[in-house]
Amino acid sequence: MLQIPSAEVLIQGIMNGVLMGCLYALIAAGLSLIFGLMEIVNFAHGEFLMLGMYTAFWMYTLFGLDPLLSVPICAAALFLLGWLTHKGIIRRILGGPMLAQIFATFGLGIFLRAAAQFLWTPDFRQIAHPLVQGPVKLFGISIGLAQLVASGASLAAFAVLYWFITRTEAGAALEATAQDRQAAALMGINTERMFTLGWGISSACVGIAGAFLASFFYVFPYVGSLFALIAYVTVALGGFGSILGSLVAGIMIGVIEVMAGLLIAPAFKYVAVFLIYLIVVLIRPQGLFGKF
Amino acid sequence: MASPAVPFDEPRPRRIGERILFVLLLLAIVAYPLVFPLPYYRDLGIKILLYALLAQAWNILAGYCGQISLGHAVFFGVGAYTSSVLQLSAGWSPWVGLAAGMLVAAVFSVLIGYPCFRLRGHYFAIATIAVGEIVHTLAINWEFIGGARGLTLPIQPDSLAAFQFYKSKYIYYYIILALAALCFLITWHLERSRLGYYLRGIREDPVAAQSVGIPITRYKLIAMALSAAFVAAGGSFYAQYLLYIDPDSVFPLALSIMICLLVVVGGVGTLWGPLVGAALMIPLSEFTRIQFGGTGSAVDLLIYGGLLTIVAVFQPAGLVGLFRRLRRE
Repeated sequence: MLQIPSAEVLIQGIMNGVLMGCLYALIAAGLSLIFGLMEIVNFAHGEFLMLGMYTAFWMYTLFGLDPLLSVPICAAALFLLGWLTHKGIIRRILGGPMLAQIFATFGLGIFLRAAAQFLWTPDFRQIAHPLVQGPVKLFGISIGLAQLVASGASLAAFAVLYWFITRTEAGAALEATAQDRQAAALMGINTERMFTLGWGISSACVGIAGAFLASFFYVFPYVGSLFALIAYVTVALGGFGSILGSLVAGIMIGVIEVMAGLLIAPAFKYVAVFLIYLIVVLIRPQGLFGKF
Repeated sequence: MASPAVPFDEPRPRRIGERILFVLLLLAIVAYPLVFPLPYYRDLGIKILLYALLAQAWNILAGYCGQISLGHAVFFGVGAYTSSVLQLSAGWSPWVGLAAGMLVAAVFSVLIGYPCFRLRGHYFAIATIAVGEIVHTLAINWEFIGGARGLTLPIQPDSLAAFQFYKSKYIYYYIILALAALCFLITWHLERSRLGYYLRGIREDPVAAQSVGIPITRYKLIAMALSAAFVAAGGSFYAQYLLYIDPDSVFPLALSIMICLLVVVGGVGTLWGPLVGAALMIPLSEFTRIQFGGTGSAVDLLIYGGLLTIVAVFQPAGLVGLFRRLRRE
């Protein structure tokens, strides 16, 4: 069953896996941030990504704005969406039953997906002439320029996020709230504002990822589902709440996905990803870098 | 920590009015296909009962035991495929196949559950999505069971033994009614049994349950196996009713979601919640399908998603919970 590809193909594959992995990491970081902050999994995270992609797509179609230039708009729009989600839904289910916590965002995801399909049809759309496209040759391997830009930008966004959380006052307040809600509140931190901020940042992450993704990936209502599944796996693998864990796990998953596709069969690439996730989580339920 | 979704459901002596209501409801359900003999309404009734069965089965695990599975379609598919493959390759009767499917699903659920029950809450839910996607993909690529083309069951002479009826299709209705009734009966019994108390104990506080000597993993596995077996029975029935199955119709994530939705709307962890949910949501889904033309415009999903969120946020105990609260006030 195993097919051994040539070394060149293998290196090419690993490179592509790493590039895609950086994007997975950014998507997962947002999910992880919220979980670390308030122990809630956003089951609509993939749909937020989808909306980020559609924002980029419509900016291009209506105003001729390239996805690379609409990144700030996508980030702002999604920040607002995250903010509203917390204010409208999440705030009400904090401390509620587990079931409500899961199904509130799960329902939101279904709703947003259906809304996208209702408004914009299930058609696969594509940005016809993105600013960056086509392959570039790097050390003999050819790489999609759009993918390269996307992963570079993801890493940059990741670095900014990391810097924000570890080096700024607001980041410290965020971290404090994540560690102990009550103690943070007693220290004068407005935890409600921190939660809102967390949701905003988390959603902005997928807004950025969505904009870059839109320049080389199809945009359709269900596009979020696949990325969301990968994001859950990434976060669980890296350890819920560990932002750095997401980065390592994201890249791991990108590479595993490509390798499984090359070595076994393309149809099984996600099976391999989910299997590895199950195995890791069973051996180490807190994930690779989780504290628990 | 989290407050219980539903006030602890103590079995209590029923009032006479309730008994009469119950008997009337039962009569209405039994008489339904005779009152509405048209194929469309019969099919609707069969769908409601099938989904009520699946929902109640899910409720045993998620509602009573608190383990939220988002991959229950796996067991539906296992049931559908087990009976179909046994019939096609070994010539087994669909009835034996149905029983075999329940058994296979129960064993399979224990194999999945044993490792996955080390995970809690959100983690468990995500793991079940992953399992669901793995099984779905494997089924599409497994040629022995027909791959993505699916399986077509042969048409046989009209008889109970063959599980095929053409002259009087309402027999399908009574078969699914019997299966659903069995599942409800077991759940009713569960509410009053020691097992039921154990399961609710595990739901409310797993640590406390363990500390008073309840082997929690074992009881979670029992709930899982029971739940999986009944979902599988629904799957076998579905295969016999349509005589055609493929991975996308019996393993989809959408089916897993639909099952959860019915219970959440009806009332999680209550005996009647799954029936209320199915009786309300299945006709609603049919209605939107007729009004807005299939799932192409996604109006049905728009409603489901919105409803799911609204119920989870404002009325996590579902309609049954709402009804109880109104009556108490």
